[in-house]
Amino acid sequence: MLLTQNFNIALRALTANKMRSFLTMLGIIIGVGAVVALLAIGNGATASITEQIEGIGSNLVSIMPGRMEGGPGSQSGISSYLYYSDYEAISDQISGVDDIAPIYQSSYTVKYNSESFRVSVIGVTADYFPVRAYEVENGRAINAGDGNTRARVAVLGIETAEDLFGSLSPLGKVIKINGVRFEVVGVLRSKGGSIQNSDDVILIPLETGYEKLFGSSAIQDGKKLVSAISMSAISSDTVDSVMAQAERILRREHRLDVTEELDFSVMSQSDALTTFNTISTTLQVFLSAIAGISLLVGGIGIMNIMLVSVTERTKEIGLRKAVGARKEQILLQFLVETVMLSVLGGILGIAFGIGVALLVTAFDLITAEITMSSILLAFFFAVAVGIFFGIYPAYRAASLHPIEALRYE
Amino acid sequence: MIQADNLTKVFQMGENEIRALDGISFSIQKGEMVSIMGPSGSGKSTLMSIIGCLDVPTSGALTLDDESVQGMGDHELADVRGRKIGFVFQQFNLLARTSAFENVMLPLTYASARNGDQRDKATRALERVGLGDRLDHHPNELSGGEQQRVAIARALVNDPAILLADEPTGALDSKTGAEIMELFQSLHRDYGQTVIMVTHDPFIARHTERIIRLADGRIVSDDPNPAPIKAGTPRPDEKV
Repeated sequence: MLLTQNFNIALRALTANKMRSFLTMLGIIIGVGAVVALLAIGNGATASITEQIEGIGSNLVSIMPGRMEGGPGSQSGISSYLYYSDYEAISDQISGVDDIAPIYQSSYTVKYNSESFRVSVIGVTADYFPVRAYEVENGRAINAGDGNTRARVAVLGIETAEDLFGSLSPLGKVIKINGVRFEVVGVLRSKGGSIQNSDDVILIPLETGYEKLFGSSAIQDGKKLVSAISMSAISSDTVDSVMAQAERILRREHRLDVTEELDFSVMSQSDALTTFNTISTTLQVFLSAIAGISLLVGGIGIMNIMLVSVTERTKEIGLRKAVGARKEQILLQFLVETVMLSVLGGILGIAFGIGVALLVTAFDLITAEITMSSILLAFFFAVAVGIFFGIYPAYRAASLHPIEALRYE
Repeated sequence: MIQADNLTKVFQMGENEIRALDGISFSIQKGEMVSIMGPSGSGKSTLMSIIGCLDVPTSGALTLDDESVQGMGDHELADVRGRKIGFVFQQFNLLARTSAFENVMLPLTYASARNGDQRDKATRALERVGLGDRLDHHPNELSGGEQQRVAIARALVNDPAILLADEPTGALDSKTGAEIMELFQSLHRDYGQTVIMVTHDPFIARHTERIIRLADGRIVSDDPNPAPIKAGTPRPDEKV
C-alpha cells in the first residue's frame, strides 16, 4: 500500500464532504492564522520600537543633572547642575567613546513673518549629529566653524520647518528666536517615532547660544551650564566602561566622596532596549500561548470529526479488512486523512495569517513583519496537532473487528 | 483443499455461553461448488467468517489451500484473506464515489506480493464478469446486478483459492439473481473456481453440486446434488 494511494483515499474522503472538512479545519486555520499574524504584528511592533530607541542613537550614554532614579520629581536640591567644564573634563579623560556632545536646551518663541511658535531650542556642537543619529535632509549641519565664529545659524527639525514655512524651502531664510535673528542653513531628516518629538526642534551652535541667546540663565556661579552631555560609545561592549568612567570623572569634578550620593545621572540607551526586549519577549510568548491553545482546540475538533468519520465508515473499514488490509494499513489511511486535514488547515491558516498581517500593515496600524520561522513554527505545530489527535481515531478504526465492522449498520 | 476438523465457536453473552458452532468437520475439494445452508441462527454466518479468516474458531483445526491457519495472528490472517479468499456480500459493499475499476483494484493495493500488471488484472476481472465497458462507472451509476458483478470481479482479482459468497442474490430481484447465479456457475464450470455459497434459500442452494445443511451449530446433512439447477430456471412455485 503506497502512501500516494492513502493520499488519494484521504483526498476523496475529504472532498466528499467539503463543508464538513472546511469546518473541521477552521480551528487549525484560526490557530495557525493567529500564530502567524500575531507573531508578524509582534515582530513589527518590536522592530519599530527598537528602531525608535536606536534612532535616538545607538550605544548612547547620557549624563543629566540630578538623580533620575526616583523619577524627575525626586531630584536632590544640592548642586543639580552640569557645567561646561564637566564636559571638558570628560572629553579630556574618557576613553572608548566616538563623540561627546554637550547641549544646552531651552524653549523660546520662534518667529518667521507672522508665524510664531514656542519651540525647543538646543545649543549643540558638531558632534551632536553623529551622537544622536541626526541626519540632514536639506542644507548642512552645524559644524565646528559655526561655534568658533559664533555664527547665528540654525538647523530646523522637519516639523518646525513645516510649521514655520509650510511648503516653502526654509534654506537661507531668517527666523527670529527670542528676537535674535538666525539664518536657516539646514533641515533635519525625520526620525519619526513618538518617544521624544525629535522633529520639532531648532538646533543652533552651542557657543552662539551662550553668547547671543541663553543669557544669564545658562550661567551658574560664573560657569556655563549644560543641560545634558551625550556620548556615543565605540561599541555596545564599551558602554558599561564609558558609564563607569563618566561617573568617576564627574564624582571628582563635583568633589563628591565615594559615600556621597551622586548629583547627576548616567544612563544608557541599551538599558532601555534591554528592558523593552524583555517585555516584548514576554508578550510574544503570551500571544503564542493563546494561539497554541486555539490550535489545541482545533486539534480536538479534528479528533471529534475523525471519530465520527470512523463510525460512519465502519462498513468500509470492514470491507478493507476483508480484502486483506492489515491493521497498520487502516491506521495509516486514517492518520494520513487527519494529517492532510491539518496540513491543509495549516496552509490556509498561513494564508489567513499573512492576509491579516498585510491588512494591518495596509491600514497603517503597525508594519507587520512576517518571518519564515513563524510560518514554519505554526505549520509544524499544526502537523504535530494533526498527528497527535489523529492517532486515537485511526487506532479505533484499525482495531475494529472485521466481522463486526462488516455487519455494522 | 479446505479441511475443517471439529470447529467450535463459543460466544460469551453475559452469563450465557452460546455455541454458534459445535464440532463441525468437513472437507471441500478444489473446484467444488458447495452451498452451506441453514436457517438464521444455525451458525452458517459464523462458519463463513471462520472459513473466510474474518474470525478464529474457539477450538478445532482449519486448513485452507493446504495451509493451516491455526494460531495465526492478525497480520497473517489479513494476508490469507487477501491472497486466498474472495468475498461476495449480500449488500455488495462497494466503496461509494469510487469507480468500478478502482473498487476492483482495492484488494491489489493491499496485496504484499506484486506480480504482473495490476491494472491489467483489474481490467481482466471486470471483463470476466461482463463489465469491460463499465470501468469508470461509479456504483450509483450501476444497477444492482452490475454492482454485484463488480463485487465478484473484486473477489476474483487476486485469483483466490476460494470464492466465498454470502447470500449473493439476497438483495436482487429473481431475474438479476439468476444472472448472478449463472455467473457463479460459469466461473465454476469454465475456470474451475472453488465456490462456497452461504444461503438460507433452498432454491439457490440447489444451483450447487453439494449442499451442507446446518442447524444449531452442527452439520445435519452433507449431500451431493448430482443435478444442479441451471441458472435461469424459474422457481418451482413461480407462475411464469
